[in-house]
Formats: sequence, C-alpha cells, structure tokens
Amino acid sequence: MTRELTFAQAISEAQAQAMEDDEKVFLMGEDVGVYGGIFGTDVGLYEKFGPERVIDTPISESAFIGAATGAAIDGLRPIVELMFVDFFGVAMDQIYNHMAKNTYMSGGNVHVPVVLRTAMGGGYGDAAQHSQILYSIFAHVPGLKVVVPSTPYDAKGLLLSAVKDDNPVMFFEHKLLCGLDWLPFGVKGPVPEERYYLPIGKADIKREGKDVTIVTASLMVHRSLDAAKILEKEGISAEIVDLRSLVPLDKETILNSVKKTKRLLIVDEDYLSYGMSGEIAAIVAENALYYLDAPIKRLALPDVPIPFSKPMEDYVLPNSQKIAQAVRELMKSE
Amino acid sequence: MNSIDKELLIKMYMNMVKIRRFEEKANELFLNGEIPGFVHLYIGEEAIATGVMFNLNTDDYITSTHRGHGHTISKGAELKPMMAEIMGKKTGYCHGKGGSMHIADFKVGMLGANGVVGGGFAIATGAALAAKLRGSKQVAVCFFGDGASNRGTFHESLNMASAWRLPVIFVCENNQYASTTPYRTTTSVENIADRAIGYSIPGVVANGNDVFDVYEVAKAAVERAREGGGPTLIEAKTYRIKGHFVGDPEMYRTKEEVNEHFENDDPIKNFKSQVLRRGELTDEEMDDIDKRVADEIKEAVEYGRKSPYPEPEEIYDDLYV
Ligand SMILES: Cc1ncc(C[n+]2csc(CCOP(=O)(O)OP(=O)(O)O)c2C)c(N)n1
Ligand SMILES: [Mg+2]
Repeated sequence: MTRELTFAQAISEAQAQAMEDDEKVFLMGEDVGVYGGIFGTDVGLYEKFGPERVIDTPISESAFIGAATGAAIDGLRPIVELMFVDFFGVAMDQIYNHMAKNTYMSGGNVHVPVVLRTAMGGGYGDAAQHSQILYSIFAHVPGLKVVVPSTPYDAKGLLLSAVKDDNPVMFFEHKLLCGLDWLPFGVKGPVPEERYYLPIGKADIKREGKDVTIVTASLMVHRSLDAAKILEKEGISAEIVDLRSLVPLDKETILNSVKKTKRLLIVDEDYLSYGMSGEIAAIVAENALYYLDAPIKRLALPDVPIPFSKPMEDYVLPNSQKIAQAVRELMKSE
Repeated sequence: MNSIDKELLIKMYMNMVKIRRFEEKANELFLNGEIPGFVHLYIGEEAIATGVMFNLNTDDYITSTHRGHGHTISKGAELKPMMAEIMGKKTGYCHGKGGSMHIADFKVGMLGANGVVGGGFAIATGAALAAKLRGSKQVAVCFFGDGASNRGTFHESLNMASAWRLPVIFVCENNQYASTTPYRTTTSVENIADRAIGYSIPGVVANGNDVFDVYEVAKAAVERAREGGGPTLIEAKTYRIKGHFVGDPEMYRTKEEVNEHFENDDPIKNFKSQVLRRGELTDEEMDDIDKRVADEIKEAVEYGRKSPYPEPEEIYDDLYV
C-alpha cells in the first residue's frame, strides 16, 4: 500500500525495516534515541529496537564514526548519524582515511558496510557552520558512495539499498526536505509501505523537456521543478535530471539528456568552485561538447561562507527565480 | 565574602539580570520571527559567566559556545550591537554575517561564540599560548558544556595546556543535558572536574547556581594562571531551564523536573536571598537596577529594529582581509 509520508518519515521507516530484516543493522548518533533524531528521521526506532540497537552517543564524532567502521569490519552493518554535515571536520580522518580506504588498502580483504547519514543545507538562517552542503568533498574522496535523495520515495528506496550495500555510503538529507513544522518547505509524497530497493547510481528524470537540461540534486530538484513551471509559460521546456547519487554518477543519463536538449544548466547548492557543478560540466565537455548549442552554465553557491542575515542568505542560495533567469540567459546564447 | 564589596555586588546583580532579560527578549523575538536560525538561551546559568568574568580584565580572553549571549554580555559587550547581530542587522557586531551562534567582540577579548561544539578549547589554549609567549599577564577562559567535554579537542587541549603550563581556565557549564541527552548516559565520569587528574591540573567543582561560589573558585584559578601556575578545570554544576534551543519540544524531560530546579535553585533568586539575608543590598536597590536594565534592553531592541539589513552584495566583503 502507498501512502503519503514526509521525507523524514520515509527515512525513519526505511531504517525500521532495515533493522527488522537484519539484526546486524543498528543505529548510533547524537539524540537518535528517545528524541528520535533532531530532524525527525529516527522516530519510533528506540521504542521498537531499544537502547542496544538505537544508541545515543556522546558528542564524540571521531570516536563513534570511527567505531562504525570498526563494527562494520567486525561483521555488523551500522547506520551512523552525523547531526549536521558541517561537523564532518571533527571526524574526517575516520571517514576518509579509514572508512573510505580500508577495503582498497586491504586488497579487498575487508568490507566496510557503513551508512553514514547526515543533514545538510541552508535556507533557515542557521549561518556558516550549520548550512553547508559539502557533498562534493565526499565525492572527491575515492571509496565512498554518495547518495543525495530529493523525495520521500527516493529516500526510502535508496536508504534500504544503502544498508544492503557492502561499501561505505554517505547519505545526505536536506533539512528543508524533512517536513518538520519548525523548518520551512518540507516535502511529502507517496511511499509504498513495503520494502523496495532503488539502485544507487541511477539518476532519475524528474521532468521531461526538450529545450534545456537542468542537472541537479536534493532540494534543488524542487527549486528546478518550480523554475520549469515558470519557464513553461514562456515557452521553454526544461528537462530535470535528479542525480540521486554523485558517486556512482550516472553519466549516461546526463549525456543522453544533454545530447537531446543541446543546452545544460547545472544547479548546485554547494560552493561553486571545485565541486559537483564543475565535475558535471567537465564530463559533458569531454563527452558531448559538439552537441551543445550554447556554453554550459552553472548556478551554485558563490564561494563565500553562508552568511546569517536573511537578505544575504537569500542572495547566495539558488532559488527558482535565479534558475529560471539562468535558463533564459542560456537560451539566448549560441 | 569579604572580597566582594558593594560596588561589585551591584555589578554582579546587574549583569545577571541583564542576561536574564536579554534572553527573555531573545526568546520573544525569536517566536515573533524577528530572529532567524537557532537561539540557545542561557537562562538559569547566569551565575557562571558572571562569577567567572568579574575576575577578568578587559584584555583577558574568553571563548564561548552556541549558548553564548551570557558570556558575551559578561565580558563587556554592548547590548545594542548584540541585539542587532542576532536580528541579522548591518549594525551588529559581525555586520549580520554571524548571528547568535557566531557573535564576537574582539575589542573586549570575546573571541567568539561557536556553532561547533568543542570548537573553543584549542582557540582559548592558543590565546593563552600567545599571552605566555608575549610575556603578558593575560589569561584565557574557555567556556564549554558537559557535552563538549566528550570532544577530542577537550582532551587534546587540556593535555597541551598542562604540558606547556598555559594561563588558561577551562570552565565546564554542566547543565545536565547535551541537547536532549542527559550527560550521565554518555559520559564516563560523575564529575567532569574529575578528568583534571588525567592532565595533572586542579579540577574543582563549583555550585554554578551560586555566583559567590563560582566567583571564589574562579578567582583562585585565575590567580594561579596569571602567576604561571598553569591551567585549572572548573566544573560549575547548573541546570538548563529552557529547551536546548527556542522551539525545542522537550519530550525528553518533564515540566516538573524543570520547575523543581527553577523554583528552588534559580541563581538570581539565590543571589537575592543571600544579599538580603546578609543585609548587603536592599530590595529597593535591586528594583532600581531592574528598571535600568529594562530600559537598556528596550533601547537595544529599538536599535536592532531600526537598524538596516546589510546589502546583499556585502556577502563578498570580509572573506579575505
Ligand atoms: C561537533 C558538534 N557536534 C554536534 C553538534 C550539535 N550540537 C549543538 S549543541 C549540542 C549539545 C551541546 O551540549 P553541551 O556541550 O552540554 O552544551 P549545552 O547545549 O548544554 O550548553 C549538540 C550536540 C555541534 N554543534 N557540534
Ligand atoms: Mg549541557
């Protein structure tokens, strides 16, 4: 049966089902127990599975994220929660030198089936240390899969797959998708009650179009869908490619779409330089340059930390108006 | 209490009331939509910042936390640019770029609130290192929570500060909770001060709801640091009266638990009853201070409201010098 769930509810449900199916799965993180997760993504798990499998940790990210790697090597399948991705810095060694590299360094002798879930994104005045996206940093490091769902349906299906994956998977949840009453926006959508597994590494065309391709992920999928509605009234038909994962990256879907529309806008809530938008642009330039009718365009966060004050925060974050405007400029240039 | 004269008593009371009223106002403005983001209130913990800070000089340093308004006020920052900052205005201490969790006033040695728990240990240690290298008599104080004592930076900084005998005082505000998690469920020791033994420094427990106790304990630690005796770890026991942040539904504790603490162990009430009993201040004197503080808060709010927002283009300023 399919009902409407919020993004956060879909994640809670996926975790509950993964834990029901496999007793090797457990969850740890800050405030995941009685509270059910700061962003409502772990609701009901503590009541159902108890303190042995839903573990409130001290504020010791380096230790508990590292412990997830250790527990995974020892045969369990931990889900570990980093409350805000912004705090990855305090645990990065454990993530990129250990979790990401153990399989390779051991010559394939060990698997590290950890799911590292984390909240990201701005748009509610939480300033420079609580609003970042940063997924590109993790996509840059070989050895991690990087999943960035945009809908409740995708979140559940991708999370169930992530838990079954024998590789470390970083799972990025945009706070504004979660659907909490104290945060703006929020998405609700149809989610089947039963288990289903979406392949990690397949992009999804969230809207078909013929004039321009918008490649994007997470919250920006919704901003792009809104922009597409605006553009439709102006006679511009935009196709929206939701990456769903940055690693593995579904190059085929991106390239096929660009070859069809001949124009590309990349929308990224992460910093502009050295990130996802540059990577996609490079791939398209390398593989489909001669199909393009106009230079590739990127709309991303300018290279500044995210400022607190609302007029400045609004100015740095991409939104549907800015996306529509970028597409208009793209349509003009030859 | 012979080390505390009447002038200092008045200052202490005024400081605590200023923090309380500022926080009540911040709560109201947040609920009113005039302050964006997250606001973490210091209500019920006023005696700690107050008791510590009246042992410091303006050129001493402090580092603060996400719950930083009380530290900022106590170190001598002005309410107007504070209020403007948390409202995101151009006239704020950080021109609207920082907000509540990043408020700072370097002119008075307030080196910054911090959105990353445990972010202040190393910075305070570094400020103390600089003071030592420069041969000045300055000290640095690092405020942090019970939860933050489980960060690696706590342990690394205490070790380094002790090994190098740096003039830094680590002040743990044990308000019983780290967000929604009771500290006892995630922490290896009953008293965080006990951890001092691992770093060969004094570890002292203070009653964080008694400004006089905090004052005396901090006084000894500051004197020791100034004289080259090295760091001290102080644990001030208190209780977080409000939710972790404004809007926290607080499902993890009961109203009775909160009321029990607030009714019986409010640091401001504790202060009043002590000075009245000892005949050091009168009700009239304190009422008068209450009025002055109320006016100051009102002016700060007006200033914040009237101040302009920054221009969007200002995002590019201040990234590099
Ligand atoms: C490194 C890091 N981990 C987690 C958080 C999220 N967080 C913000 S405040 C907080 C609790 C802090 O508890 P404590 O140190 O006791 O300070 P209190 O809030 O009680 O004053 C947490 C977990 C953070 N900001 N930084
Ligand atoms: Mg605490």
